[in-house]
Order: sequence, then C-alpha cells, then structure tokens
Amino acid sequence: MNLFLQLLITGIVIGSIYALLALGFTLIYKATDVVNFAQGELLLVGAYICLHTTVSYNVPFLASFALTLVFTFLMGFFIEKIFLRRMIGEPVISIIMLTIGLSSVMRALVIIVWGTDTRTFPEVFSQVPVVVFGLSISRVYLYSIFAVAIFLGLFSLFFKKSKIGVAMRAVACDQQAALSMGIDVKRIFALSWAIAAVVSAVGGIFLGNINGINTSLSHFGLKVFPVVILGGLDSIVGAIVGGLLIGILENLAGGYLDPLVGGGAKELFPFVIMVLVLMIKPYGLFGTVKVEKV
Amino acid sequence: MNYTNCGNFKCSYEKDAALFQTLFSRLCIGVFLVMLVALPFLMDHYFIYILNMILIAVIGAVGLNILTGFTGLISLGQGAFMAVGAFGAGYLSSQVGLPFFLAIPAAGVIAALVGAFFGIPSLRLKGLYLSIATLAAQFIIEFIIIRAEPITGGVQGLSIDYARFFGIPINDDFRFYWLALPLAVTMTLLATNIVRSKIGRAFLSVRDNYIAAEAMGINLFHYKLTAFAISSFYAGVAGSLWAYYTTIVTVENFTIMVSIQYLSMIIIGGLGSILGSIFGATFLIVLPEALQFISNMAAGQFPAVSQIVGALKEMAFGLVIILFLLFEPEGLARRWRLIKAYWKLWPFSY
Repeated sequence: MNLFLQLLITGIVIGSIYALLALGFTLIYKATDVVNFAQGELLLVGAYICLHTTVSYNVPFLASFALTLVFTFLMGFFIEKIFLRRMIGEPVISIIMLTIGLSSVMRALVIIVWGTDTRTFPEVFSQVPVVVFGLSISRVYLYSIFAVAIFLGLFSLFFKKSKIGVAMRAVACDQQAALSMGIDVKRIFALSWAIAAVVSAVGGIFLGNINGINTSLSHFGLKVFPVVILGGLDSIVGAIVGGLLIGILENLAGGYLDPLVGGGAKELFPFVIMVLVLMIKPYGLFGTVKVEKV
Repeated sequence: MNYTNCGNFKCSYEKDAALFQTLFSRLCIGVFLVMLVALPFLMDHYFIYILNMILIAVIGAVGLNILTGFTGLISLGQGAFMAVGAFGAGYLSSQVGLPFFLAIPAAGVIAALVGAFFGIPSLRLKGLYLSIATLAAQFIIEFIIIRAEPITGGVQGLSIDYARFFGIPINDDFRFYWLALPLAVTMTLLATNIVRSKIGRAFLSVRDNYIAAEAMGINLFHYKLTAFAISSFYAGVAGSLWAYYTTIVTVENFTIMVSIQYLSMIIIGGLGSILGSIFGATFLIVLPEALQFISNMAAGQFPAVSQIVGALKEMAFGLVIILFLLFEPEGLARRWRLIKAYWKLWPFSY
C-alpha cells in the first residue's frame, strides 16, 4: 500500500509536468497545426537558463525563474517568426522535420554552452521531507504540484477571460473567421509558441529541481506524444488529464511491472497505452473527431 | 513527371518502357557504374569505409522513400526495422549458420513481416497519427530486442562472423565494398522498377488522395501494407549489411536518431525520388565526416573544438534540415533537375 501511494505521488508530480508540456504542445497544435517535436528541447533550454542565472549570477531563485520565463517567451516568439512562419501550408512531414531540425540545433547549443554533465540546482527547496499520514513526501514534489496547479489554473483563466486568450481560441477554432473578425492571426501564432515555450520551461525547472539537469531531459519531449494522443491532440483539458494519467500509469508500471520484466517497462508503457488508444479511439479522450472528405 | 526531349521517338513498346531511354542517359549510367567499380582501387581504407556507409544508407533511404515519399506514410520506425534486419541476420548466421547470401534476404523478409505488422494501424491512422504510431513501434521493437535475450543477446547484442564468400572472409573495407555495391545497385534498380509498375502507381494515388484512390478500386489496406513491407525489407537488408560490416550488433546503433536521420536523408534528397534518396544518403553520410575533418584541422588552433565536435555535428545536421526545408523544400533531386535543364540548352539558352 505504501509503495502504491509513493508511486502514485511520484506519478502525479511527473504527470503534472507532462501536463504542462502537453499543454504547450496542444496550444501550438491547435493554433498553428504544427506538430512540435522540439517540446523537450524547449524544456531543456528553459531548465538550463534558470540554472545558469541562479548558479553563475547568484540571482535568487524566484527572480531567475521570472527571468527564464521572459527569455523563453521571447525565444518561442522568435522561433515561430523566423522558422515556422515560412512553413505555413507545407505538408505534415516537412513541418515535423523542421521541428526535429530545431530540436537538434537547440540540443547541440545546450551541449556547446553547458556541456553534458549532470548539474544540480542549489538547494532551493528544503530537503526535509514532509510527512503526511505516515508517507514522507519530498518538498520539491509538493511545490511542483502546487506550482503546476497554479499555472494550469492561470492558463485556463487566461483562455476563458482575457482578450488574447479568447482570440487564441478563436484562431484555433476557425482561422478564416478569426481573420475576418480582425484578429491578428500571425501574432496569435507567435504567441502560442511563446506560451508553449514558457510552460515547457516551467516544467523543465521543476524537473531540474527534482532530478538535476542533463541533456537527457529532452526525452520528455517524446513522452508528450502518448499524453496528447490519450487526451486528444487538440484538447487542453485532454492534455492535463492525459498528462496526469500517463504519469501515474507510467510510475505504477515502473513499480509493479519492472521487477517482472527486468526493467524498461516504465519507458515503454506510455507508448503501449498510446498504441491501444490509437487503435480504439484515434482522437483520444477529448479530441475533436475529424470528418474526412475528398 | 516524364519529360522527354523532342525528336526522341519510339517505335516499339519495349523502347517506350526502357529504364534509360536515350543513348546519352545509358552512356552516363554506364560511366557512373564504371566509376563506382574503379573507385575503391584509387582510394584508401577510410574513403572506402565512407563509400560502404553510403551504400548501406542508400538501401535504407530508398526503402524509406518508397514508404514516405511515394506512398505518403510517414515512418519514424526505419531505425527499428533496420535493427530487426541486423539482429535477424546476426541470429541466422551465428546460431543457425546460414551463409550471408541466404541470411541477408531472410533478414529482409523478417523485417518485412515485422514492418507489415506495425503497418496495420496505417489503415485507420493518417498523417501525423500514423507517424506517432510508428514512433511507438520504434520504442516497442527496441524494448523487445533488449528483452529477447536468448535470440538477440539483449543489451550486449550479438557478435557475428564476417561473411564468407567461397571461403574468402569479407573482413575489410575493400572486400565489403564488393558485397555492398552489387546489393545497393540491385536494390535501387528494383525500387526504380517498383515505383513505375502498377504497385508504384497505386502508391502514388494513395499518397495524393487516398479517398479517391479507394473509390477507383485501389485496396488501401493491401497497398499500405505492401508499402510497409517493401520499405522494411529494404531496411532489413540495410541492417543486415550493417551487421556483416561491423560484426557487432547492438540496439544502440538503431535508435530513434537513426530513424530521424533516414527521414532527413529523403527530405534533403527529395521526397518521391529514387535519385533523391541516393543524393540524400550520400549527403548525410559525408556531412559528419567532413565536419570531423574540418574540426580535426581546427583542433590544431582551437583545442576546445575537439570536445564539442559531437554537438557541432548534431547542430550541422539540424541546420541542414532546416535550411533545406526553408530554401530547397523539394530537395537535391530538384536542384539536379534544374542543373540538367540548364545544361540541356547550353550554350544557347533562350
């Protein structure tokens, strides 16, 4: 029982970070129809920048957190402006390959600037675990769950209430109609990349605080696919639910199946779920079903 | 698609169906083949090694182009299908004791079966969804290979003997070239003929509009699976060649990065062009070697370069993909056509 709860909690923490990443992915996909294979690298860059400002310039954690958000916002904004803007209307494979190209450039830059060794954040959160009902939970976990919850809440408010958020939803719903209503679609495209980069960076910073940072963090970018497929590619609710589900299932699989098959089940399990979902319900739990015509 | 010069008349169906239609193109291909045969005698081991890698990559890239370029099914699993071929050949030659000329096609067939199996979702899934399903195939196959230790040796992989041709071990770059070259040429010719046959036309129609294709009586399921099988057969052959070349087969050589590399080859070369696959494979094999060469030279002045050469290669790889997609989206094959068209009328263009 204790093992189960431990796994569940780790699952929720990792799942909430998946949810953030998937939120960014879905945002980009909804607004611009771009499948982003560079989501993991956005996370990586965000994590390293936060680390760099805290460690090298001794900026307090919260300030460097804010700085990272500003920087990644600009980065996402310009990635869209410089690269993706020219790819509008190109076939799916070209767009996929472009984001793959971007991901390898970003990963290479990170390696050139920061090297490949694992680095750790200075102790931001106290190491003393919190004991709840006899379970000891590390503080980083609690903080990251709270932070992610706050971020997800803020974003749903942003989409529901703010003018830009509504405009983004309008673009996602129907570009032509949005354009004719006077919405600057190009700006929305750039903004969705910017926001996606920001949410990924938040995920990256928390992951960095949990496990330390190295370039293998970018593997999270591939884990985002099971999440968004399970939740439905174009659904924000789906991204959050899918993220939590995959995080929990993955950790449970790691805890219970790994001893049976000798390791590796944790990494594989999300993809097995994904294939099952694809076979049974290709548009996921909350995705819009597309009707295809000639 | 099929341009012919004016004045190039044909009086028989055989001539009309010929692969190389004019005397000049036959001459060119003849000179090219003679050059391929002559090259290894003029080069040292390192360059023959590069040539061998190119030949292996050409087989894999041509296969992927049949699936992705001609049939429009994006696959991120080419690396895994190559792994199936490599481990298949490894198992058949080291455990069963088959000679290489049986083990290579057998490995291709095994890979084709696996590929067709993982192609089954393609009936229901399109475009992006399919590419994500093949991504899953990549991870699932890697996992199975690591876990199936009695057959594949697990993480350590297999180590196999060099191929033996009538008692002569094919154990160096020069000898391997004579195994890889005929195979690559045969496979490329085969692909050229596949894509201009009934099957190839069906592939094109599935790519261009699958609903219309289905309405015209093309069995989608059949042709999509055929495309997966053919492409995986090529991957399997490429993988088994790799196995015989390196004689150590581990799953690390066939990760998702390999799949991405093959996709990049056909993007850079040109989707839906056999010639493009050859260009792309050559380009992406030569590029890292050229970078290595440059960084070795630069390391004299800047020792720091040698530490980040891996990252520099990766960056160049990414940049090349991005630049090609932005500025030459139809790949090197198109550039080649333009160059040919330019010289056709030279020096009296206009």
